Amino acid sequence: MPQININGAVHDVDADPQMPLLWVIRDLVGLTGTKFGCGVGACGACTVHLDGDAVRSCVTPLSAATGHKIVTIEGLSTDGTHPVQRAWQANNVPQCGYCQPGQIMQAAALLKQTAKPTDQEITDAMSGNICRCGTYVRIRAAIKSVAEAM
Amino acid sequence: MTTVVNLSRREFVGGAAGLVLGFSIGFREFPAVAAEAHAGAAFEPNVYLTIDPSGDVTIVAHRSEMGTGIKTGLPMVLADELGADWTRVKIVQAQGDPKYGDQNTDGSRSTRQFYEPMRIAGASARQMLEAAAAHVWSVNANDCQARNHTIVHVPSGRQLSFGDAARIAATLEIAPPDHMELRFRPANEWRYVGKPVPIVDLNAIVRGKATYGIDVVLPGMKYASIERCPVYGGKASQFDATEAMKVPGVEQVVEIPATPIPSGFYPLGGIAVIASNTWSAQQGREKLKITWDFGPNASHDSTAYRAQLEATAKQPGRVVRNQGNVDAALGAAKHHIAADYFVPYYAHAPMEVPNAVAHFVDGKCEIWTPTQFPQSPRTTAAQVLGLTEEDVTVNVTLLGGAFGRKSKSDYVAEAALLSRKIGSPVKVTWTREDEIQHDYYHAISAQHLEAGLDAKGRPSAWLHRTVFPAIESTFQPDVTYGSAGELQQGVTDMPYAIANVRCENGPAANHVRIGWYRSVYNIPHAFAVCSFADELAHAAGKDPLEYLRELLGEPRKLDFAAMHVDYPNYGASLDMYPADTGRLRGVLDLVAQNSGWGSRLPSRHGRGVAVHRSFLSYAAAVVQVAVGADGQITIPRVDIGLDCGLVVNPDRVRAQLEGAVIMGISNALYSNISINQGRIEQSNFSDYLVARTDITPETHVHLVESSAPPGGVGEPGVPPIAPAICNAIFAATGKRIRALPIDPAQLKST
Repeated sequence: MPQININGAVHDVDADPQMPLLWVIRDLVGLTGTKFGCGVGACGACTVHLDGDAVRSCVTPLSAATGHKIVTIEGLSTDGTHPVQRAWQANNVPQCGYCQPGQIMQAAALLKQTAKPTDQEITDAMSGNICRCGTYVRIRAAIKSVAEAM
Repeated sequence: MTTVVNLSRREFVGGAAGLVLGFSIGFREFPAVAAEAHAGAAFEPNVYLTIDPSGDVTIVAHRSEMGTGIKTGLPMVLADELGADWTRVKIVQAQGDPKYGDQNTDGSRSTRQFYEPMRIAGASARQMLEAAAAHVWSVNANDCQARNHTIVHVPSGRQLSFGDAARIAATLEIAPPDHMELRFRPANEWRYVGKPVPIVDLNAIVRGKATYGIDVVLPGMKYASIERCPVYGGKASQFDATEAMKVPGVEQVVEIPATPIPSGFYPLGGIAVIASNTWSAQQGREKLKITWDFGPNASHDSTAYRAQLEATAKQPGRVVRNQGNVDAALGAAKHHIAADYFVPYYAHAPMEVPNAVAHFVDGKCEIWTPTQFPQSPRTTAAQVLGLTEEDVTVNVTLLGGAFGRKSKSDYVAEAALLSRKIGSPVKVTWTREDEIQHDYYHAISAQHLEAGLDAKGRPSAWLHRTVFPAIESTFQPDVTYGSAGELQQGVTDMPYAIANVRCENGPAANHVRIGWYRSVYNIPHAFAVCSFADELAHAAGKDPLEYLRELLGEPRKLDFAAMHVDYPNYGASLDMYPADTGRLRGVLDLVAQNSGWGSRLPSRHGRGVAVHRSFLSYAAAVVQVAVGADGQITIPRVDIGLDCGLVVNPDRVRAQLEGAVIMGISNALYSNISINQGRIEQSNFSDYLVARTDITPETHVHLVESSAPPGGVGEPGVPPIAPAICNAIFAATGKRIRALPIDPAQLKST
């Protein structure tokens, strides 16, 4: 049976190796912070970290995730105190909030790789994440506030 | 304390009569003191509020939270009147139940219709707590005041905690104060209203712990994915599930009967694959072999339909506003200007797709779903199941966006029917393709405008024809004309001071489900009216901002009776919420002054302006664009202003306007639903485009300070954005955009 390491815990998952990681996480492991938005890697709502890199879990098959460390929004911090989560709260970023776990995971990966991203680097990293409420102004402000604090 | 029992307050309450009635009924159904109240009982002075003996305050959020912040905003109003400490307040989401009054969270109505009932609920409960304290102390209740979760006897300084006061109030038979005895807290005592208060779910959201409908899991729950006919009005004539059943995890394949069109809030019908997880259900669905009877809309083609609408707009239509003699004035005009505008179908595309969990057992059905309209799925599910509404429970989750889509309960009825059929709880989750291809679309529309200008460039005549499929055509057969409620959205309330005005509406047949989409018919109408104003300014050789001020004229309230206009005014009284051109002018000036209007810009940069009233609020925008040699548009800056009267939570109002800018950009630059052979041609975010962070402008929000009754917030920011963008493009390039979405190929430098 395939095993998968999510947020430091190993889970046995009885599933088709082609099942997208998104549905493994949501329906089999039972962590619902990672969201379904499009199923084709076009919106970023399902973003998780695979060995520290942001990936779209809706187009990542289980087979490509086994043997790697997966971190979801629930594993970014236990209490919402990761600097990106703090910045999201300080800037009152969310409106409906649905896309925000994916936005936060994408932003956390960006800031881990590039501590002080330029406007263009923020655009490049974040353009795959759709927010239909239109919170982009605050997302950008929150990312910059983290960068400035570093 | 201020006693606000005067004529103006009664009018204020009267303006929301239906809702206050709903509130009053709530009082009657839930009397202030239960007959068997005892010392340990919680104090429940009305349906929105409970205070337990420990002093913990629970406020019911009866409107749905889809991102506007209303779950925080209305409880702030109640808490402030009550004198509660916000840190001691817990907010719970209401189930769908008429005892709360109207719960249909659309039309930007929540604050404007429930600000007053929430004040009443808070003030009434506060006076009951004060009366309880006065009873204990044997003092005059008028000398007792609730402050920060404590009742204070002002002359002596004695104090009683909220918990003790609540326990006493629940034990004693203290009646709620008569309506005329209510005392409202003056604005200078507000601790929350008017201040930026974070939304109550903020921390849960950033931790991935907030619960949306799609996150609900019940023991033994199955997962469903439904294949629906690609053409509206079609149905399955036969299907073969053999291959689908071979997919691991697939357990059953069942048919949901099609609803005859117009199908309203009822399911479209289709073939449902039931599985042990979402992925298996989706995989099984791909293996279905279905023969469709496509029905009467199989030839619908949006390109041909557009040509029909445009031809209709060239012909005289039903007159919906008429002043003076437009034909004579156009004939006599020095300049005669005409223009045609087009706006396509749009899909809502909330990030959370439609979904619902239903559990039918023992003749009752319990539902968990993201719904804007909690009472509607109760009604719809009861109807399709043949139950009474009392046998249907609707639990309302957070909504991952809605924009009008989730006020329709078709997806909830699907889950209810499937749960009964398979005998277990089931979650129906739409795919993104389902959402794009089976939506209740924003109406496609064509408009024709004409104006006559005199020798000084002043307009003497205005003719506006609009043609669009009406929302009512989703519910009733043979509806071809717009309603007064649709035509009020930017047609019959055209605010410019022009002597001769005629507005007409031509017929349009229905071919898909048409629905409310954030700011609804204000989108096409503001696009046309605000663009045409800019065209007239240029024809007159005047600065568009100065010309707009001239068009608005002297501050006045539109006299709809004199115009022979049936004007519903978004359900509000015109006495309380007039259509006031002075407020249009005020918000226009506020935005213009802060936008840098008139300062020099580089080549192929330009500014555009628009101002529009909708949902009882007044919004203006100045947009700055830059158009590349290849025609690509960037938007360096947007200034948007709103006069929505009293502001409850300014940070959330600002957020709504920031979001409205983005949605307006989506509408103007990207989004387009086209239809060929009755089938939607777009399928996902790869071809149904919406704004992303790369187009995001520097955004400046300007709020008009006002104590006027609260107006709408969620929608009014959207309508001025698209015309302001297109007016800016004209300023930058000299090219006039009259059809959305904007085609950059038209804007290449030559």
